[in-house]
Amino acid sequence: MTLRLEGVSHAYDGRAVLRDVDLELSEHRIGVIGANGSGKSTLARTLNGLVLPDSGRVLLDGLNTRRHAREIRRRVGFVFSDASAQIVMPTVAEDVAIGLRRSGLSADEQRARVDAVLERHGLAGHRDHPAHLLSGGQRQMLALASVLVTRPEVLVCDEPTTLLDLRNTAVIEETLRALPQQVVLLTHHLDALTAFDRVLVMDEGRVVFDGAPAEAIAYYTALMRPDADTGHTASGGPRPDAAGAQPDPGAEAGPRASGGGLRP
Amino acid sequence: MSMVGLYVPPRSRRAVLHRLSAGTKLSVLLLAVAAVVASANAYVAVAAAAVAALLHPLCGLGVRPALRTLRALAPFLAVIVLFQWLAGDWTAAVRVCGQLMAAALLATMVTASTRVSEMLDLFERLARPLARLGADPRRVSLVLAMTIRCIPMVASAWRTSREAYLARGLRGRPDAMVVPVIVGLLRSADALGEALTARGID
Repeated sequence: MTLRLEGVSHAYDGRAVLRDVDLELSEHRIGVIGANGSGKSTLARTLNGLVLPDSGRVLLDGLNTRRHAREIRRRVGFVFSDASAQIVMPTVAEDVAIGLRRSGLSADEQRARVDAVLERHGLAGHRDHPAHLLSGGQRQMLALASVLVTRPEVLVCDEPTTLLDLRNTAVIEETLRALPQQVVLLTHHLDALTAFDRVLVMDEGRVVFDGAPAEAIAYYTALMRPDADTGHTASGGPRPDAAGAQPDPGAEAGPRASGGGLRP
Repeated sequence: MSMVGLYVPPRSRRAVLHRLSAGTKLSVLLLAVAAVVASANAYVAVAAAAVAALLHPLCGLGVRPALRTLRALAPFLAVIVLFQWLAGDWTAAVRVCGQLMAAALLATMVTASTRVSEMLDLFERLARPLARLGADPRRVSLVLAMTIRCIPMVASAWRTSREAYLARGLRGRPDAMVVPVIVGLLRSADALGEALTARGID
């Protein structure tokens, strides 16, 4: 399964959040890290057509998100950081099942799939419980189960552990690790990425580093130091203090206002 | 417990209502309420309310759903009794209160024994004739699902705004919470819409 971004740019109300991003994502486990407002979430949303870029195109095995959004969303599942927003139906089993309403499966097949996914993710005992009364960790597991029941080929997770405690974070990360699907994980939990195949660092709407987890995390950590000026020099060269960093050759100096301020 | 948590899973062999279809239960509810109202008799109304209350434990639903319904209904019953007391018509007060209690308790039995998804399937079937007019029956049932989903969402937005309001040491002027509640709801609606699209339920 290959996701390809070609010259993807996007802006919200005139504020550029993605700037001419070119990527080919085919690895099994891909991490994306970056500061708040760096463009991670918008990048993730372009992968299953939730956001259609202002320019450029996003392709899944040749299918364009602009023309084949429904087919791509069927194949690319998406998990949000706030699981509550993802809950549609009142009870746990009903919420998982609603994703299958248009699947063409018989009622028995749908029930079997729902039961299997609830069992696999430790929610079988909560089948008829009100979904919005689950704990934070259970809610996120339900969000994950609701997506996995449709058997997507790729799973894009936008900071799925941001609102969770350490134990639930570990459970969700372990679950993601064990999935057979290709996973694109956006996270601020850098430890979760150590076993990944590839990690992208985003800054100012650009991919400023693309490589192995250890180097990417070192680059990002240096970038996020309060005294850090910008992720790249004015000439677009590498940060002098980021050992092993391989900057995006197309990256230009970003217009970051200040190193220590809050990001939008 | 919010309204969306009203479904009571079947736990005993007495759960006969769970085995009936949503369409059958809704039809019986409609006929029963119509008969109680049409009789316009205080004794019939009170007897119907008593029978409806008794049917809850007899059908394996327990007494909690009935008590919850009566608690929610209590302020309205109080207003009706007050109004009829001022009007000097006690029979009408008993009749109207009995009819309301019977209708609400019978409706609770349907809600407590029917999954929302079953109800949506029914509404989807009922909305099929609208397809000739260009409406999508699935969307009709989805709108109903969203309406039910939004009940805890509104409660949550109100609770969050109220806590923020109190945490800042503010008192009185509950109208000051209206704007943050609306903004919160709009954001939640955006997030829910995005999630629906992502899950292919648009």
